[in-house]
Amino acid sequence: MGKNIRLSKGFDINLAGKAAPKIADVELAETFVVKPTDFHGLYMPKPVVTEGDTVKAGTPLFHAKNHEDIQFTSPVSGEVVEVKRGEKRKLLEIKILADRQVEHVNFKKYSLSEMASLPVAEIKEQMLKSGVWANLVHRPFGIVAEPTVVPKSIHISGFDTAPLAPDYSFLFRAQDQFFQAGVDVLKKLTSGAVHVNIHTQSDLSTVFSQVKGAEVNKFTGKHPAGCVGVQIHHVDPINKGDVVWTISPLGVIQVGKLFLQGIYDASRLVAVTGSEVKNPQYYRTYTGASVKKFLSNNLKQENVRVISGNVLTGASIGKDGHLGFFDNQLTVIPEGDYHEFLGWITPSNKSKLSFHRAFGLLSFLTPSKEYVLDSNTHGEERAFVQTGVFEQVLPMDVLPTQLLKSILAEDIDEMEALGIYEVIEEDLALCEFVDVSKHNVQEILRDGIELVRNS
Amino acid sequence: MKFLRKTLDGVKPNFEKGGKWEKMYFAFEAIETFLFAPNTTTAAKGVQVRDAVDLKRLMMTVIIAMVPCLLFGMWNIGHQHFLAIGQTGTLGEKFWIGIVQTLPIIVVSYGVGLGIEFVFATIRRHPVNEGFLVTGMLIPLVMPPDVPLWQVAVATAFAVVIGKEAFGGTGMNVVNIALTARAFLYFAYPTDISGEVWTYLGEGATAVAGYSGATPLAVAAAAAKGTQVVNEFNSFGSTWAPGIYSFQSLFLGTQPGSIGETSTLMCLIGALILIVTGTGSWKIIVGVFGGAYGMGLLLNILAGNNAFMAMPAYYHLVIGGLAFGAVFMATDPVTAAQTETGKWFYGILIGMFTVLIRVFNPAYPEGIMLAILLMNVFAPLIDYFVVSANKNRRLKRATV
Repeated sequence: MGKNIRLSKGFDINLAGKAAPKIADVELAETFVVKPTDFHGLYMPKPVVTEGDTVKAGTPLFHAKNHEDIQFTSPVSGEVVEVKRGEKRKLLEIKILADRQVEHVNFKKYSLSEMASLPVAEIKEQMLKSGVWANLVHRPFGIVAEPTVVPKSIHISGFDTAPLAPDYSFLFRAQDQFFQAGVDVLKKLTSGAVHVNIHTQSDLSTVFSQVKGAEVNKFTGKHPAGCVGVQIHHVDPINKGDVVWTISPLGVIQVGKLFLQGIYDASRLVAVTGSEVKNPQYYRTYTGASVKKFLSNNLKQENVRVISGNVLTGASIGKDGHLGFFDNQLTVIPEGDYHEFLGWITPSNKSKLSFHRAFGLLSFLTPSKEYVLDSNTHGEERAFVQTGVFEQVLPMDVLPTQLLKSILAEDIDEMEALGIYEVIEEDLALCEFVDVSKHNVQEILRDGIELVRNS
Repeated sequence: MKFLRKTLDGVKPNFEKGGKWEKMYFAFEAIETFLFAPNTTTAAKGVQVRDAVDLKRLMMTVIIAMVPCLLFGMWNIGHQHFLAIGQTGTLGEKFWIGIVQTLPIIVVSYGVGLGIEFVFATIRRHPVNEGFLVTGMLIPLVMPPDVPLWQVAVATAFAVVIGKEAFGGTGMNVVNIALTARAFLYFAYPTDISGEVWTYLGEGATAVAGYSGATPLAVAAAAAKGTQVVNEFNSFGSTWAPGIYSFQSLFLGTQPGSIGETSTLMCLIGALILIVTGTGSWKIIVGVFGGAYGMGLLLNILAGNNAFMAMPAYYHLVIGGLAFGAVFMATDPVTAAQTETGKWFYGILIGMFTVLIRVFNPAYPEGIMLAILLMNVFAPLIDYFVVSANKNRRLKRATV
């Protein structure tokens, strides 16, 4: 039996520009990229293709030196047009010019009865070479999963509570059989259970709630209730030495398709959202798509920030950028590069949203209002002063202030004792948002995680 | 505004790296960000939007919460003045006397404190933190009305340099800075900050017959064995200001004392602002009042014929500076306990120690200052236990 968990802490950022539940009719993006920087824990990623090579969906593009068995493959078929490197020849991205019709590498197909008796080694091999393995995230640390490890459980978050998040019941409509097949396969990789964590009110979507062979846990609460790290903490917490894996529902569906149809299907729906988008709606595309086509004639103004992902954990990619591997959301907000006269004290106008209720910030009076927020920091970085606020937006038995201070002090024992194994950036993203002193909480946390991981 | 912005943009290059006043950058930054919220945007990775609140606004909220205490305190200086010299004054006259007495103290406190902040920011190359906006207002509010200005200056300088900058600046200090200033005066110039200094009489003025400047705390401490403190309060000043220490008057604050501390009512209004805005911890405020009341009740039981111990516990909440300390000093987030559970213990212990010091220590009539300073020092210890409990829960989970 799954658990029922009610979370009272958290904060929903209510932004304007939610995607309408319809799929836009535009032609496929021209270029797609795979970025090694979307993954943590890869040591010296090395390309296995060169510019001019033709690839199919599922052809390996690169692998890391410390994990030559994990292939990162092309989402589409086409021609490799750029292998982009940065400082010290660090591999940044591999760009593919897509064919009009996507061709797939053919992997082995299995019938449902064959799948029931599949040996673990064969499952792993198929997943590793096709590229779907990259969907598995290893906790602690949030790195690409180690194929040699048997995790104590696997967790799938069946809802997204982030600002303007896509509606999963729309995103994964009619994918029931692939999701089920994916869960069946994943179950063999863990010594424990596969947990599917759904929102209490999302009974409409049968994709997750009717799944067999998995523990279905129900959550209620504000963001970050949808973050899988928060869910793990309440369902099956990570202790020192434990390993659990997480995977997105899309990843599960890709696993299912890989075994049922024998292809790496990187197609996905992407929600194009945000206050500066004329028609916020969904687009059908593939992983790592160029955002140009989504935004042409679709922006209200030019001085915008284009974010792959949501406004809490996303990355600014620019108008010509490409979506990240894990992102099925694009958010466009106004750029906040303006000075505001006495902006630190003027009472709230419509664009000031705050978790706090300090003088003049009245957004708490209108919780259901949709806000247009820009990328201005609203203040400068200062010393830690305010206490007790991080704790109100982290529904976990973890002390965020103390954890962050232990990271700044580079005290590894203390970080361990305070639970650094249980969190990654997205879990603490709201702390960064509400921070009065404007620290880059997620960056600090990642530094701490890498310090512990490499110790 | 555009003109101002242009001027700032025009001189800015001089303060940036390579400019001729490069060293003064943080002083410039403080002024620039005071005039204009900066145009900085969020990093490419991480949160892309930020909460609209910043440290300046947070600190300003605390100052706004102090305004009722300040205004009432100004009026009360005049009110006490006229009572003491046996005359009557209008509302405006009372206010005027208060303003004349208070404003120079505020100016000196801000002037000296911010001056030191800017100097340290320039030397140590860190931004000017807004913490002193609050400290600079708290210091005047805990001063006697006719404190010599040079003492305010010395105390502020001591508090900012030794209490804060020596530890690394805002956010790093161990003890409350405003209370450090007050404690400095208390121990360095005891004659100027104890006894009958709490009423401003004025140059050459003589007090009315029968006048006594003793505070309720002094009256309570001096009450003879077997007497009732409440009776002493009610009969105090019967010849020149009847009812001055009645419970109602003590609650409203029409009593002599430091500039901002006398009115429990105004402190409660401030507390309401702090709690509603989430700026001050309600746990600490409730803890201090609860701890003091609980300790008062306990002493009532053990009192025997000791008059101060037998004083009804609720009187502890309205005499002296307990309310002001609970609302504005104990809630200082930097020096208080930082864990939510710890805040309860921290607050309750402050309340208990305040009453203990008041009742049992004849050398110090008021206990709140020392209680808060003491608990400031122990706050990390309280946090240590709370954090250890958190760590142990995690360890226990692992071994099950």
